[in-house]
Amino acid sequence: MKLKFALLGLALIHVLVLGAGFLAPYDPAEQNRDFPFAPPMALHLVDTQGHFHLRPFAYAQIYHPESSAAVPYEIDRSRMIPVHFFVKLAAEGGMGQSGEWRLFGVAPPHRLFLLGTDDFGRDQFSRLLYGGRVSLFAGLLATALSLALGLVLGGLAGFYASLPDHLIMGASELFMALPWIYLLFAVRAFLPLHLGAQESFFLLVGLIGLTGWARPSRLVRGVVLSARHRDYVLAARGFGASDFYLLRRHILPEALGVLLTQAALLIPQYILAEVTLSFLGLGVSEPAPSWGNMLADMQKLYVLESYWWMFAAGVALIPVFLLYHLLADALQQSP
Amino acid sequence: MMRFVLSRLTHSLMVLFGVSLLTFAFLKLAPGDYFEQMRMNPQISPGEVAALRAAYGLDRSLPVTYLLWVKSVLRGNLGFSFAFNSPVWPLLKVRAANTLLLTLTALLGSWLLAVPWGVWAAARHGGWLDRVSSLVTASLLAIPDVLIALALLALALRTGWFPAGGMHSLAAESLGAAARWRDLVWHLALPVLALIAGLLPVQIWHVRSALLEVLDAPFIRAARGHGIPPGRLLFRHVLPVAANPLISLFGVSIGTLLSGSLLIEVVMSWPGIGPLLLQAILERDVYVVVAAVLCSTAFLVTGNLLADVLLHVVDPRIRAM
Repeated sequence: MKLKFALLGLALIHVLVLGAGFLAPYDPAEQNRDFPFAPPMALHLVDTQGHFHLRPFAYAQIYHPESSAAVPYEIDRSRMIPVHFFVKLAAEGGMGQSGEWRLFGVAPPHRLFLLGTDDFGRDQFSRLLYGGRVSLFAGLLATALSLALGLVLGGLAGFYASLPDHLIMGASELFMALPWIYLLFAVRAFLPLHLGAQESFFLLVGLIGLTGWARPSRLVRGVVLSARHRDYVLAARGFGASDFYLLRRHILPEALGVLLTQAALLIPQYILAEVTLSFLGLGVSEPAPSWGNMLADMQKLYVLESYWWMFAAGVALIPVFLLYHLLADALQQSP
Repeated sequence: MMRFVLSRLTHSLMVLFGVSLLTFAFLKLAPGDYFEQMRMNPQISPGEVAALRAAYGLDRSLPVTYLLWVKSVLRGNLGFSFAFNSPVWPLLKVRAANTLLLTLTALLGSWLLAVPWGVWAAARHGGWLDRVSSLVTASLLAIPDVLIALALLALALRTGWFPAGGMHSLAAESLGAAARWRDLVWHLALPVLALIAGLLPVQIWHVRSALLEVLDAPFIRAARGHGIPPGRLLFRHVLPVAANPLISLFGVSIGTLLSGSLLIEVVMSWPGIGPLLLQAILERDVYVVVAAVLCSTAFLVTGNLLADVLLHVVDPRIRAM
């Protein structure tokens, strides 16, 4: 029950971010300099006269650049912007994606900002979806890398014992002696700072995945060490099974359960690591969005004070973490 | 006892030594250094850059640099900061003290909260209050530290009840001793609160499960059967046994605390090791990076050492081993 709910929820979130190209009304890097820090626009079904509309609509926002208010926008209730579904992007988009289908949108001179905009007038809703892709998959890929490394190293250490075991476990102890974020930072410190979006993404995945190998490899080692002396393993060895066969057929399947639970624990940690690094300007670089660099604007006090919708990327992390924690919990209960 | 402490101490020193070697290896693998940007500058000749690099020992090979560095560390010199144009130690000393002030206050506060809360939840195990408490801690666990810190800071900015980051008010120098203390505590409140919020759920969970495990044990049922009152049962029989995993957790939680504190220091502009490390990374100030990482590792290792010794003192089963 718990397991199903967690898996379903996570699948839904991942489908949402993967479908960003269809679900998001705008390109994540598309700027609207006329709408800096526009507040979120609410969707309505009932207009000021009390008439009901089947097609949802939003009210236009008027920007007053000369105003001294923190949020210099005024809702113009006389101008309704109807929301259209299954729209083809106009060529005006300019980002070379004209003709692409989007789930919803508004007629071009108007803009629809469901979660407001940032200081470049970029649609936060679109950035949230595209950024989720980066953040969530950075966590997933880094975890896969960590676990693969842990499986190989832990398997080696557990299976061959003696020298490889001492070396690998000694190294893992060193890695675990460092506070995790400091370790990440220390390694990040010595890598190039200014990178393109894609390079920085893969650098980050590699960095997080490679520095996190210690704990999974210790776990795998423990499992392998105990599995090595099981009767059926000894029997198979007696029949002349090779090391590789033993590892593949008998020992690693046993480590699988441990690894799955470990994955559910590691993924949220790694997502958080990406968010932290990007938040501090050491991760995924602009203009590509990630939940971390979307939050980075909040380090400016005036943004933090006035533009509450910029919290969106941070708030989006909460359901993801809840579901992963639930998943880890469910996996631990039913091995 | 002495032998145990000594063996743990040597182990800790070996870890520190290994970590320093590790950071140095990363340092040498990395392309570029502090003087990289100078090379772009037409005003500075390549010769001058080379001379500067030689003066700071950046042109030597890894083993040589490392040995030189170890030698100078043993003499109490942690290297030189290019960006601050000053030795690293005086720089780091102040920052480390600030980080310690923040983290130790948070550690104390969180344990003072977590133990009663966990005991209370365990005592009502299975009841609806326990469930509510589990729900609260699970939700708290799912909220990332950054978000808590940002939300607290936004609250401070909007209401003005708390200072918006920093460690002292601008006027702090002119205040009397008592007022200065109050000022410091005032500035400490939000970062400590953010840190506690990050630590608390894990601690409560551990306290609760440690207690539940002991409460289930046969000797407790026997004691209860003998009519020992619940208060005495809790303090005399349950807590001493349940303390064991909690002490180990105390050592581990220092690592979490340091990692969390880095981010919170940056967000709340607390002048600790975190902002120093971040700046050093951005400016490729390598010796500051190494020293800051090493310093945080030293904190963590010290915490683990303390936990080990404490465990040794508290638990007769471990002493017998």
